[in-house]
Amino acid sequence: MTETAAPAQVPLVDYLVLGADPHLIANECTSCGARFFDRRNACAACFKSEFKSVAIATAGSVRAYTIVAFAAPGVPVPFAAATIDCGGTSVRANIVNTPIDPQHITLGMSVQLTTFPIGADENGTEAIGFGFEPA
Amino acid sequence: MAENVWILGITMTKFGKHADKDLVDLASLAAMGALSDAGVTMGEMGIMAAGNLLGSPGIGQAIQKQVGQTGIPVYNVSNACATGATALRTVVMAIKAGECDMGIAVGVEKLSGAGLLAGGSSKGDGKVWEPKGRYGAVAPTDGRVGTDTMPGTFAQIGMEYGHKYGGADFELFARISEKNHGHSVLNPLAAYSKRFTLEEIMGDMMIAYPNTRPMCSANCDGAAAAVLVSESKLRTLSLEQQRRAVKVAASVLTTDPFEEACQILPDVNTLTRNAAKQAYEAAGVGPEDLDLVELHDCFATAELVHYDNLMLCEVGGAVDFFNSGAPFRDGKMPVNVSGGLQSKGHPISATGIANVWEVCHHLRGEAGDRQIEGAKVGLAHVIGLGSACGVHVLEKSSL
Ligand SMILES: [Zn+2]
Repeated sequence: MTETAAPAQVPLVDYLVLGADPHLIANECTSCGARFFDRRNACAACFKSEFKSVAIATAGSVRAYTIVAFAAPGVPVPFAAATIDCGGTSVRANIVNTPIDPQHITLGMSVQLTTFPIGADENGTEAIGFGFEPA
Repeated sequence: MAENVWILGITMTKFGKHADKDLVDLASLAAMGALSDAGVTMGEMGIMAAGNLLGSPGIGQAIQKQVGQTGIPVYNVSNACATGATALRTVVMAIKAGECDMGIAVGVEKLSGAGLLAGGSSKGDGKVWEPKGRYGAVAPTDGRVGTDTMPGTFAQIGMEYGHKYGGADFELFARISEKNHGHSVLNPLAAYSKRFTLEEIMGDMMIAYPNTRPMCSANCDGAAAAVLVSESKLRTLSLEQQRRAVKVAASVLTTDPFEEACQILPDVNTLTRNAAKQAYEAAGVGPEDLDLVELHDCFATAELVHYDNLMLCEVGGAVDFFNSGAPFRDGKMPVNVSGGLQSKGHPISATGIANVWEVCHHLRGEAGDRQIEGAKVGLAHVIGLGSACGVHVLEKSSL
């Protein structure tokens, strides 16, 4: 390892794929098409148990949001939590890179996925989080 | 054909701060109150169902040690904010199954000083990133990937409705809260019997836009209990007991069926609509027959969507329904005349019995200053995230 090597990176969650073209993935039921960000023992919709990994669209629109001003200790506020419709798959994420107020965040607004470092651990590995910014 | 089940006695403690009573004292107060209201004793109970979320396990047995140990089965139940309704329904099912002809349901919680009904995790980041849990998260996701807080979750549920149908803005949600706080002035058992102006509500501390502090359910202590009886047993009791008894015309519990977005934002709509449909069918009534409704307004944003889910209005018509004045106590479909969870308070496991008590109080004609005149049929609704929904339809006695 040379001193010029870029720091190692890990995704905040395992359904975030890093690299040149960051995107989210889901476990899609091969029988009914239901998508899950976490692992499931069987499909909650049709009870079959075969899944394949699929990429989620990186562009979407805001279907619901809130501006959280009061959270558990240690969680920085305010932040905008939202439900994003990404081509028919709903994604939970924060809205970022815009002022956090109802004048700048509106229902139906177009947004796109973005990633950013959230910190490094004691080995120097960076964790990369994601959010959606106005498109 | 299973027997009809009736509420013979029911009570709620004052909601608020009960510093001088522990959890078991508070539950016992409600249990003994319900038995006394019913005119029966623990010796006649064939089953007990007891709900509590935040205390030690075995609340039912702890209550029995204070009010009477007779060896009957206890079902300790836990179903988030639907816990009280689940306890009630457990006793209803036992009586319908013919296992006994009388039973008692109790729900209790001590929440004073618990802060806002927040939820969420404050666990710190680890020293070395290590994937944990079902999402392989290397750090806490609350606040980084949306919110785990209840006010934020229910805020989005209300905003989603507004996005779909229009007309729901911060001021509309605040006016719903203004209505419930206004109603609570007539309820001596409410935690907060205080009217707020619209300006006060909108200007108060923002918790999760558009929910300010008075638009969130009030954490408090409280208990509620009900004694239930089979119809054939009721007919052997006094005429006064028969006259005050309230018929459980429907007792329904549902969970959330799979919907596309439910993994990231709980769907409180489908299971409520399903429960309401089943309840109306079982009771043989429609929403137009209801004289009052107590619904789960854990946040002002939640009340709006449940007008629609309980079919009190046309699909998509909740904003117009509110603006018509219908859900005010002098409107055509009074909703939350108790003050609702925002004002009466929300001691979680007590809520699903206390809202039934409120409806019974009116059906019996005993609601005093806040009586809805001539009330004959009412509905009580609760929802707990996860999710579980309880709906009870109650009818005035014609015995
Ligand atoms: Zn499937």
